[in-house]
Amino acid sequence: MREVAIVAAGMTRFGELWQASLRDLFVQAAQEALRSVGPSRVDGIFVGNMSGGQFVGQEHLGPLCADHLGMAGVAATRVESACASGGAALRMGFLAVASGAHDLVLAAGVEKMTDGGDVTSVLATAADQETEVYHGITFPGLYAMIARAHMETAGTTEEDLAAVAVKNHRHGALNPKAQFRREVSIEEVLASTFVAEPLRLLHCSPVSDGAAAVLLCPLAEAHKYTDKPVKILGSGLATDAIALADRKDPAFLEAVALSGKRAFEMAGVGANEIQVAEVHDCFAIAEICCVEALGLVTKGQARTAAASGETALGGRIPVNTSGGLKSKGHPVGATGIAQAIEIFEQLRGEAGERQVEGARVGLTQNMGGSGASSVVHVLERV
Amino acid sequence: MPSPRYWREKPNRFGLEAARCSNCSRTVFPTRAVCPSCRGENFEQVKLSRRGLVITSTVVHVAPADLANEAPYAMALVETPEKARLMVQVVDCDPSSVIPGTAVSLEFRLIRREGHGGILCYGHKGVPVG
Repeated sequence: MREVAIVAAGMTRFGELWQASLRDLFVQAAQEALRSVGPSRVDGIFVGNMSGGQFVGQEHLGPLCADHLGMAGVAATRVESACASGGAALRMGFLAVASGAHDLVLAAGVEKMTDGGDVTSVLATAADQETEVYHGITFPGLYAMIARAHMETAGTTEEDLAAVAVKNHRHGALNPKAQFRREVSIEEVLASTFVAEPLRLLHCSPVSDGAAAVLLCPLAEAHKYTDKPVKILGSGLATDAIALADRKDPAFLEAVALSGKRAFEMAGVGANEIQVAEVHDCFAIAEICCVEALGLVTKGQARTAAASGETALGGRIPVNTSGGLKSKGHPVGATGIAQAIEIFEQLRGEAGERQVEGARVGLTQNMGGSGASSVVHVLERV
Repeated sequence: MPSPRYWREKPNRFGLEAARCSNCSRTVFPTRAVCPSCRGENFEQVKLSRRGLVITSTVVHVAPADLANEAPYAMALVETPEKARLMVQVVDCDPSSVIPGTAVSLEFRLIRREGHGGILCYGHKGVPVG
């Protein structure tokens, strides 16, 4: 396999972007990535998208996106793994370049969620329709059940959950692309309305529009585009039972642990060598479960890692310096690529006020459903 | 949900028909062709007891459109004595009283009315006991 580098990145602001359509968002992010390094054409496009079909009635995004980018003819396809679609698209791009099938790939993600679709029902399609959704469970409801199970087994408290939201909003306040550029207090989180007990509104990521894109090429050719390439050291994808009922321990995200293990093995790097990470905090409990399953934080200490400052900017292992899904926003198909862009900028020393000084190795973890799929990438400055 | 899709789910939704893997003894609900633990393909039929214990739970405040006027309502993962787990709504109680360890009976109830035709969709709901 060839070594693969990310050489350029582009993304829209995340938020309720009523003036932009799905195709507008994609083109804006893709053009920003392409313009920054200059190529007029790529030879492969992977578009991560969860549900264009249900959010805006548009499937077949491969050709649509290539066409609107002025690249009809190029090999282009959509990649879907629910909220992990972006991470899955990055992995497909990585594998395509590593294998030699393509030499310059655009790995993108896009979601348009505010055009009137029934968001609660569309997101619920990532759960088991026959055994879960039929009976009235929602997505926040599934994570609420994970949270309650974690409270039972690990002693996690509502304050621990709130501390994750407070930390990520503090980070997001520093991110010009974030949907919510403001801090929230622990009191505000604990006073916000319930969505699914014990999860409150301010424990939940928002409904967002947005797109993100990165350009991938063989590391050996990266100097043609940039003098600061970021190498993809490892990529891991794993699955778990789709229904919460079919998992041994509803409080442990097995797919996250397995995808991390695979990415670490490929990278030849251990969890203790990661200096900055973006993990899938769709709900506050998810960040706690993910840092635990990845081994970024000692088992048993994940619940207090946000409150203690261990995972905050300035801490031992800053997590979600972008603001995470919570504050930056969560246009589901775009999220996995946006995570990679945050780490790309961190490793290049371009993260501004959010910069983790001297960061050389970083990680992204993107998750689908209630944890039934997870994609991890390990990135390194070269 | 079109009626054929609803009709073919009746054995598990109405009858709580599950299966036990002949090789590794794992109980699967609903029935499957392949065991998720050992990939075995031979199963014996099991009918689940209509009772169980709550493993984890939540109270849904923001509900899907079909169930909006039932919110807030309790949902729970319930484990039956056969070690099968079911996702069910728990009713006839204060939703916040449904917590891990709560004992429930599983009762045949209307789950929702679906689509323009208003198809009546049945299944099981939990009701706390004792």
